[in-house]
Amino acid sequence: MPETAIAAPEALLRVEDLKIHFPIYDGLFRRKVGDVKAVDGVSFEIKRGETLGLVGESGCGKSTTGRAVLRLYDPTAGAVNFEDRDIASLPANEMRAMRPRMQMIFQDPQASLNPRMTVGAIIAEPLMEHTKMSAGERKDKVAELLDQVGLSRDFINRFPHEFSGGQRQRIGIARALALDPDLIVCDEPIAALDVSIQAQVVNLLEDLQHRLGLTYLFISHDLSMVRHIADRVAVMYLGKIMELAPMGKLFASPRHPYTQALLSAVPVADPKIEANRKRVILTGDVPSPANPPEGCVFCTRCPLAKKTNDKRCFTIPPEWREIEQDQFVACHLAE
Amino acid sequence: MAVGTVRSSKVSAELENAAPVLSVENLETVFLTSEGAVHAVNGVSFSLQPGELLGIVGESGSGKSVTMMSLLKLLPMPPAEIRSGTVGFDGKDLLQVDQQELRAIRGGDIGFIFQDPMTSLNPVFTVGFQIMEPLRMHLGLNKANARKRAAELLELVGIPSASQRLRDYPHQFSGGMRQRVMIAIALACDPKVLIADEATTALDVTVQAQIIELIKDLREKLGMAIIWITHDLGVVAGIADRVAVMYGGQIVEYASVAELYDDPRHPYTKALLQTLPRHEGDRMERLVSIPGQAPNLSGPLQACPFAPRCESAHDRCRQENPPLFEVSPVQKSRCWLEDQEVVNA
Ligand SMILES: Nc1ncnc2c1ncn2[C@@H]1O[C@H](COP(=O)(O)OP(=O)(O)O)[C@@H](O)[C@H]1O
Ligand SMILES: Nc1ncnc2c1ncn2[C@@H]1O[C@H](COP(=O)(O)OP(=O)(O)O)[C@@H](O)[C@H]1O
Ligand code: SF4
Ligand SMILES: [Mg+2]
Ligand SMILES: [Mg+2]
Repeated sequence: MPETAIAAPEALLRVEDLKIHFPIYDGLFRRKVGDVKAVDGVSFEIKRGETLGLVGESGCGKSTTGRAVLRLYDPTAGAVNFEDRDIASLPANEMRAMRPRMQMIFQDPQASLNPRMTVGAIIAEPLMEHTKMSAGERKDKVAELLDQVGLSRDFINRFPHEFSGGQRQRIGIARALALDPDLIVCDEPIAALDVSIQAQVVNLLEDLQHRLGLTYLFISHDLSMVRHIADRVAVMYLGKIMELAPMGKLFASPRHPYTQALLSAVPVADPKIEANRKRVILTGDVPSPANPPEGCVFCTRCPLAKKTNDKRCFTIPPEWREIEQDQFVACHLAE
Repeated sequence: MAVGTVRSSKVSAELENAAPVLSVENLETVFLTSEGAVHAVNGVSFSLQPGELLGIVGESGSGKSVTMMSLLKLLPMPPAEIRSGTVGFDGKDLLQVDQQELRAIRGGDIGFIFQDPMTSLNPVFTVGFQIMEPLRMHLGLNKANARKRAAELLELVGIPSASQRLRDYPHQFSGGMRQRVMIAIALACDPKVLIADEATTALDVTVQAQIIELIKDLREKLGMAIIWITHDLGVVAGIADRVAVMYGGQIVEYASVAELYDDPRHPYTKALLQTLPRHEGDRMERLVSIPGQAPNLSGPLQACPFAPRCESAHDRCRQENPPLFEVSPVQKSRCWLEDQEVVNA
């Protein structure tokens, strides 16, 4: 096992009050008329070797957060500290040196692999770009990577379309591993796969984590899979984190009304449980991130705010507080 | 939400005895493409009782959509070819009736909803126009009455300020609201059968929960029979009376919902249920995965299509495709393990 995995758990990544706003321009004069507040003040850390799950409904800002962590976007505000260096303000050349250490695995292996490149070339591309390896060394490294992700070495000269979805995801994983990264942002890595294939890919990700000491930001809307893979879980809604807690606490006793509603909506493959399930059905739609509600961003749909009609919910953004050891919520009323 | 007990096997056995609203026998559909044949549906039979909700589950490519498109003759022919089968509905065989009659049935007595409301709704027409059209075409309502009924329908599916929203275009609705509009259109003519193909797959879980509550509610109010197609075993557990599990273009297990989850018989059903992560208690060390990949459908089935991935496969499975064995009055499994000779051997 590499030394990194043995080192005491320290934060590999510390995201502080991150904001990513996308400007909206009006059609004719290209005047800026507002902002999509895709990520609006998000803070979390991930320890070395840990998996942080990031969940929430589509459009809540999960992918934008993941991309900002890799500095694929420049933050509007806030810091992304990787080993205590703020990569958000790193000059280009230093960022380039940092890049190999953080990689990404995408949802759609089909769209993220160049269809005109062979599997070998796809996996070797980051090696060409970031290392001085000779052609022979690269070939050996590619073969080793194929072994690691459970693909036959014979596949080197084939093209992505010759593979199934699960195999293509393995190719994407091999490519992400090429530069021996520390952190991998997995953005919905199993969403496009069938259930029987999802388990294969998740098992592979877990094996690799143990073997290589990897740290994951695991973005997913599949709460039961996050329950399986994550050590801690952050729940996002409309650009903000609503609750963050160790996996066990989050699923067994969610405190934030949004987390409670989200978990209660997940169907369980057991008719006896389903027949007696009490669901919190959220009404209405998620508001636009260009014009989020005042006060708590969840207030327009929150069952608790509706029930109590507490003024604070509609006027004051709730503070981030530790409601129980290691369990944090942004809610005035949660208890 | 309605808190009920799981429908007992007795109820399902009774369902079996009523006259079905829809009965599909031995449906076989093949695509003949330039890249070769795809035997997408290989002898599918099932029946739907009045008021029943039949869940059809299976992974992508297992033939769920092609089965439904075949029975409504919605497939492009060629490349599709329906090689055999009958679809009994309202005393007729839908595979034999002419296009005009079929058009009257589709969207009339049989309503359907597909996965992506954005591609099924026409972006250039108002939502009101799209709900009113089937009302005028199938029920012959005049404009004023159609508009009135359209507003009622939008209200029925839980769209606020229904009569104003008739003037809006699909893009002015959220994903969940568009799916409600699709349901309103499917219900417009008071269908006897509603077919929903992955109707909540593209939606977030919270919105899916809203739609499922709506379907349960509408079912109670309107009493139509429903075919609910999904790859999500959780969704089906919550709403179905009976479930058909598809693999390789066949129904491999067909059972009442209680039996299917309690005592799955087909190795594929068992494996599928085992791959799911636990929803409570301790996590599994490792997920159980099903090795291998989806079956090759380039020829007629010569063997059990699940055999290459099946833990219990034996010689016979690789030589002969098993029939659907009756395990009990409420459960059938297409697996040689159910053959008495094998059991006794
Ligand atoms: N490049 C962009 N320009 C403008 N808006 C964007 C951009 N990327 C994402 N958004 C918006 O930001 C919000 C968050 O998006 P995203 O991070 O993709 O959400 P998620 O991954 O949780 O589904 C959405 O409203 C989305 O439309
Ligand atoms: N238009 C088509 N041409 C050729 N093959 C098709 C066509 N439509 C579907 N198929 C094939 O038929 C099989 C069954 O597909 P489908 O019914 O869509 O599966 P499901 O709905 O269960 O995901 C698949 O192998 C699919 O590739
Ligand atoms: S702060 Fe108020 S509105 Fe927000 S989640 Fe808590 S109770 Fe609901
Ligand atoms: Mg995303
Ligand atoms: Mg389908």
